[in-house]
Amino acid sequence: MTNYLMKLATTLLVLVASGFAAEPSTVVIRNAKIVTVSGPVIAKGTVVVRNGLIEAVGENIAVPDDAFIVDGDGLTVYPGLIDALSTIGFGSAAATATAGAGGGRGGRGGGQGPATGAAPAAAAAPRSMGPEDRPQTTSWESAADEVSSADSRIPNVRSAGVTTAMTFPTRGIFGGQGAVIDLISGEKAGEMVVVPTIGQYISVGRGGGFGGGGGGGGYPGSLMGYIAYVRQIYLDADHYKMAKAAWEKDPRGMERPMYDRALEGVLASRRILLPANREVEIDRMLRLAGELKQPTILYGGREAYKPEAVELLKKSNTAMLVSLRWPELPRGEIDPDNEPTMRTLEAIDKAPSAAAALRKADVKFAFYSDGIEQPRDLQRAIKKAIDAGLSREDAIRAMTLTPAEIYGVADRLGSIEKGKIGNLVVTRGDIFDDRTQVMWVIVDGRYYKPEAPAQNGRGPATEQPGNQGGNR
Amino acid sequence: MKRLLLGALIALAPVCAETIVIQNATIMTVSKGTIKNGSVVVRDGKIVEVGEKVTIPEGATKIDAQGQYVIPGIIDCHSHIAGDGGINEGSVSVSSMVNIKDIINPEDIAIYRALAGGVTTANILHGSANSIGGQTIVLKMRWGKDAQDMIFQGAKPGIKFALGENPKRAGNPQGRGANGQQSFARYPATRMGVEDTIREAFNEAKIYKAEWDDYNAKVAKGEHPMAPRKDLKLEALKEVLEGNRYVHVHCYRADEILMMIRVADEMGFKVRTFQHVLEGYKVAKEIAAHGAGASTFSDWWSYKVEAFDAIPYNAALMTKAGIVVSLNSDDAELMRHLNSEAGKTMKYGGMTEDQALAMVTLNPAKQLGIDNRVGSIEVGKDADLVIYDKYPLSDFAKVQKVLIDGTVYFDRDKEVSAQASKDAEKQKLLDKLKQQTPQQGGGRGRGGRGGQ
Repeated sequence: MTNYLMKLATTLLVLVASGFAAEPSTVVIRNAKIVTVSGPVIAKGTVVVRNGLIEAVGENIAVPDDAFIVDGDGLTVYPGLIDALSTIGFGSAAATATAGAGGGRGGRGGGQGPATGAAPAAAAAPRSMGPEDRPQTTSWESAADEVSSADSRIPNVRSAGVTTAMTFPTRGIFGGQGAVIDLISGEKAGEMVVVPTIGQYISVGRGGGFGGGGGGGGYPGSLMGYIAYVRQIYLDADHYKMAKAAWEKDPRGMERPMYDRALEGVLASRRILLPANREVEIDRMLRLAGELKQPTILYGGREAYKPEAVELLKKSNTAMLVSLRWPELPRGEIDPDNEPTMRTLEAIDKAPSAAAALRKADVKFAFYSDGIEQPRDLQRAIKKAIDAGLSREDAIRAMTLTPAEIYGVADRLGSIEKGKIGNLVVTRGDIFDDRTQVMWVIVDGRYYKPEAPAQNGRGPATEQPGNQGGNR
Repeated sequence: MKRLLLGALIALAPVCAETIVIQNATIMTVSKGTIKNGSVVVRDGKIVEVGEKVTIPEGATKIDAQGQYVIPGIIDCHSHIAGDGGINEGSVSVSSMVNIKDIINPEDIAIYRALAGGVTTANILHGSANSIGGQTIVLKMRWGKDAQDMIFQGAKPGIKFALGENPKRAGNPQGRGANGQQSFARYPATRMGVEDTIREAFNEAKIYKAEWDDYNAKVAKGEHPMAPRKDLKLEALKEVLEGNRYVHVHCYRADEILMMIRVADEMGFKVRTFQHVLEGYKVAKEIAAHGAGASTFSDWWSYKVEAFDAIPYNAALMTKAGIVVSLNSDDAELMRHLNSEAGKTMKYGGMTEDQALAMVTLNPAKQLGIDNRVGSIEVGKDADLVIYDKYPLSDFAKVQKVLIDGTVYFDRDKEVSAQASKDAEKQKLLDKLKQQTPQQGGGRGRGGRGGQ
């Protein structure tokens, strides 16, 4: 016991020494251009971040003496960028399946399929013989419980100015509960979590082939099987809820409803994320969402440039997460026997204009990285949307305040406002320009200096050894 | 408000199809003989007048079909086009929970090609991998419309069953799957097993139905019982038992056809159509007695063991036994010339012109329960019409125009003349994209791993 107390005391001492004494808990950026997003741009102003929160922002702000001060002359401050759908924070490769929305590039099959079917968890599980086996379902799993700052991608992504991620377990059909996490390099994973449950990630495979499921895989093995399964789960969840309530009320003489973690996970979900790239998929998934009566966000959006698709989203008042992984022509010579269709070509040409089209129609949208990790690649992808008609202001909003609004966390994230979480990006140049340098990234009030990217923009952009972040 | 009104107008556009008169054509009505040099008047999507002399409404668009032929839109009772993500949920032997309606792909080019072959309506079925397959849907080939607008409203939904070699194929019982996964054998592996699978599924469905009937009766009495669990798989079979869903059975051999009739009688439901039914001529009497239709191939033979006894006289023989017979495609290519398939029954079996044509128009309409709407050229029916340049029961006939609900959805002249500009437009876009895409290494790497 004494021993334990001694240990605790020592730990506390160390913490105090390294956290409070050695590092200022206050960061100030002064004389910088401040893009608050929620309000007007401040041409020359100061932001004070204390104890992880924005304490003050404005033109005439007194600079406290205990602060780490960044001279912002010639620099711009933005709210920390938010990746609206990500897997970051899951350290192991197994969990980092790309959050792709599936769907062919115009034709049947093909395209970047979602990470279903061949999921490692499914391989070990016995063959599913129907919805009762809850195939490819880990709805109860929670990103908040699984994230770790040890994920080596974190410093990289943070170097692009991303301070926050809506991170989801994406394996299988019902992947699990997503969380809002701040990309800090803390000691305790729990420090990263801003909101532990923000929704359920759902993906549907495409299937095909005679046997369905491929390679002796179980149910479901076709797109219609996936959809039927999702539908059945929600019917079951409704029934489960009803039976549980009745049993709680009067358990005497009533058969006990069997505890079902898959349904528990589904019932605990605040909203669902459904995949939709093509116009027909947007139509299909909105119909499904309507049937399920769940608050829904769509992800993918490759054909969200089409007026019909925009109209559908507008009418149903549904937000779209637009993948920044724009479709491309296949590299090299095009096989004349397998030439892309006009529809595919059009999608490649117009996909980056989806954001502008959605903006014009006042449909809520946010960008997500879809596995793009290198800062330069991310910048270029966003630049493509800007070149295709999106204003810079709207591009910034789509990576800051709008994703925060979509997930209902705009009261704490997404803009530079007093009282919000101290997530900032400080750049030299416009944030989405090719030559822009990210100077500082501040997450939860901790400041990180990204490494200047290599010449060709694809070099490793890891943390500086002299990184100041860490314990407070 | 303005935008809303505009939207409403756009949405209504296809309904308010223009008034059209097709003139000077040979009109093969199918149900009421052939009119030499006649006219068809189409208004609000319906046929309003047919005959040698008609009143031409003011402002009607005239289509001069001098020397050409008009037939009712072709109906394919067995097709697998216009679906996304696979048409077989082959993982289980009873997959009645899945529904083609969920995966309609209105962008499938096969729709347009079928349309160009005169098809206006098609029954889109689940595949034949399972004893009891998925739910089916009837579509009109309204190319350019979205998934919901393609659905033939009012057509009763169906379900696909399959007998014989396909459903007893259990995949690769001993081997390993493509991804190294253990492959599992799927029951059934024999025709006996197929029968058992169907019977067991209906036994289950009957229990399920009884639970719901009991529940509904209690609710009707004002009680508040707990509702049973809704099971999508059994729900579809319950609808079959209640007569609210048609059963379309994929089959080949006479013995399995008889088996199916016995099981249906035992369980208390009707088979609406036997599909393919290549040995139907051997058991035509029994099929007729059950009241089922038959949708077969013209002269396809010997492509698998269970098709060895197929004969080209099948359709004619079954017709003579009193069965409503149709010819189907089961295939996106064959779908484009069902007219010439129909013609074969005149050679093999001596069907009349009307009988032959009915096999791809009125008869499939009857089989799908939509003959009050489509299948023949009659006043009051949907204006689904095909204009051919030559006698349509022939290989040489080419589709000139196709109307669905009185709207022209395919126009050969327009299609041909637009081809060059479409090609040019595509080439231009391809060149533009090629220029933007780095062809050698470099460029934007996926996840940043481009590299030189």
